[in-house]
Amino acid sequence: MTTTVPRPPATASLRRRFLRLAAAVTTPLLPDDYLDLVAPLRSGADLRGRILAVRPETRDAATVVVQPGRDWRGHVPGQYVRLGVDVDGVRQWRAYSVTSALGGRRDPFAITVKAIPDGVVSNHLVRRVRPGTIVQLDQATGDFVLPTPVPTRVLFVTAGSGITPVMGMLRSGALAGADVTLVHSAPTPADVIFGAELRDRAAAGALRLVERHTDHDGVLTTADLADLVPDHLDRQTWACGPVGLLDALEAHWAATGHAERLHTERFRPTVISPGEGGTVTFGRAGVTVTADGATPLLDAGETAGVLMPSGCRMGICFGCVLPLRQGAVRDLRNGALTTAVPGDGVLIQTCVSAAAGPCDIDH
Amino acid sequence: MTVIQRKPVNPIAHLTAEDIEVIGKELDAIRDRVLADRGERDARYIRRVIKTQRSLELSSRAVLLFSLFPPAWVVGTVGLSIAKILENMEIGHNVLHGQWDWMRDPKIHSTTWEWDHVSPADQWKHSHNELHHRYTNVIGKDNDLGYGIMRVDEDQPWRPAHLGQPLWNLINACFFEYGIAAYDLELRGNLKNGRHKSPEFRARARAVGRKIRRQVLKDYVLHPLLSGPSFLTTLAATFTANLIRNLWSHSVIMCGHFPEGVETFEKTSIEGETRGEWYLRQMLGSANISGSRLMHIMTGNLSHQIEHHLFPDLPSNRYGEIAPEVRALFDRYGLKYTTGSLPKQVASAWWKVIRLSLPNRKPRGRADDRPTPALAATGA
Repeated sequence: MTTTVPRPPATASLRRRFLRLAAAVTTPLLPDDYLDLVAPLRSGADLRGRILAVRPETRDAATVVVQPGRDWRGHVPGQYVRLGVDVDGVRQWRAYSVTSALGGRRDPFAITVKAIPDGVVSNHLVRRVRPGTIVQLDQATGDFVLPTPVPTRVLFVTAGSGITPVMGMLRSGALAGADVTLVHSAPTPADVIFGAELRDRAAAGALRLVERHTDHDGVLTTADLADLVPDHLDRQTWACGPVGLLDALEAHWAATGHAERLHTERFRPTVISPGEGGTVTFGRAGVTVTADGATPLLDAGETAGVLMPSGCRMGICFGCVLPLRQGAVRDLRNGALTTAVPGDGVLIQTCVSAAAGPCDIDH
Repeated sequence: MTVIQRKPVNPIAHLTAEDIEVIGKELDAIRDRVLADRGERDARYIRRVIKTQRSLELSSRAVLLFSLFPPAWVVGTVGLSIAKILENMEIGHNVLHGQWDWMRDPKIHSTTWEWDHVSPADQWKHSHNELHHRYTNVIGKDNDLGYGIMRVDEDQPWRPAHLGQPLWNLINACFFEYGIAAYDLELRGNLKNGRHKSPEFRARARAVGRKIRRQVLKDYVLHPLLSGPSFLTTLAATFTANLIRNLWSHSVIMCGHFPEGVETFEKTSIEGETRGEWYLRQMLGSANISGSRLMHIMTGNLSHQIEHHLFPDLPSNRYGEIAPEVRALFDRYGLKYTTGSLPKQVASAWWKVIRLSLPNRKPRGRADDRPTPALAATGA
């Protein structure tokens, strides 16, 4: 039996040939490198966005409206988007929940950011970034979304900026007609992100809003939850907030045998607390070693038999650079710390970097 | 013992081992200060240079489409020459050094960058960053000393073949990028000892071949073809721009390590070298070029060769800023900060190439190291 490969339409092959010719004309650059100068948001470019507006929400939170590039595929409320922002000249990637209602592929979307203490990116986005700035984007992703059909009884448990993915769902209108309860915890009423809008929606009967203010009521516990929402275990529940809260909720739902009804969203599954030395994993080589805080990763890898790229071994030639997928390393020359969370792939010089905690090297 | 220590006047005789370590610490402190301050301003700088270069290259090539008209030819050729110089010097060389890797922008990164040059970036990075910058001016280790074809130090043995080196140097200057590609391939050494048949060498040679093909196709076929009736004049324009770029970069690079006053070192002198001693070798083995800010940018800030060799991975726009501090350090420790204007340094380097094409004069069994007064390269 023979199969015929469908011939690409003549225009597609013509276009490809034209692009090849254009690349031969612009070598060693690509035509894209020139087009990026004038049309960074065009179709075919790396996905980027332009910040249209920054609106303060509370004293330490702001909503950032982004016009995505032409290849944006839209989002489902509850999903997050990874954003690459240049802060002090260094590209930093972070994930933020989309807080705008379901929008088309050409429409701007919004994220809402809470400035955390010492947060490099969050403080930059809340306090310093200006409209017009170009940011790097990934497509929206995440499975913290409402199913279809939407359940008739829904509970949201959120704390702090954990309200953000839920806000997208509330605004989408998908929950119209459902019995919705939102238990939200924040330090004070003024700290409730979207406080006014939530109270308006509650007043209009769209949901039952239970605000808990930790300055007055203390930290939300599962016992509190049982009092506040007696039928909580009967509801499909979506929870987003600090790790401690989510751990407690998961334990509670699991202990009562309803784990499948709880959906949680964790932005930082790994908390990186830099120390001295740690286990170093060379993922593709399949090797894990323990290295102290004074041994260059290059030496640690070579000692363990990993074929490592290397050069001058003194930090000047950049021949040994490898991506740090996750973890923390310390520059042996000046003690400067570099951390990476999954997706970052920060390139580090292995000959002058030592483990400062568990490290996952993409090699 | 280093070569410099055998000189009639040893320039570091007055330094103790402790002095050298303190010099190292002071230089580390300068580096740390720049790192702590490096940020937004630097990122804006390199992005602006890249944008300027790309706009200039694009518009010059557009003007050259009409190069049949002499004014268009002149404007386009001048613009393209400047664009090519910027691309190789201030952008390519420095990006490939990893000076901008800290920005974590994959589009401006030493691991992804490719430049407008016939030597592929990865091969150049090996021979330049790894060998030249590590073994700076160590005779027998640093092939940049005369590129392995010339004698540029009295301590390199003279052979009759060196008689022709002024001519080789001129030819090398005109086709400098090809010279660099051959040098990065270690073509001469590999041909001589038969390693050119090894699969590893052949793969690298094929990569160079591919790069040359792409470069030639772009500059000498496609752009002239796009120019239609201006085919021949555009061909002449791109050839001229490449020639100007080659002559310019050759001159700048010659000024980095060849002028009078620059020291060389013996292989054995770097065994067990401390960080302070490595710094000291970079300080004495490099020479600067004085000039305006524009001149510094056009040399890729290699006019701050001393600062570049001390801190090859600091952003190039910072070299000029730290130069006064570095120079003050030289003064404090009684070391010679070699610098001079471009014409003076080029003349000094050329004079050395010409002078050393002949055997050493041996008044007392040693070369006479006194520079010719008119060509003295020592700092103003």
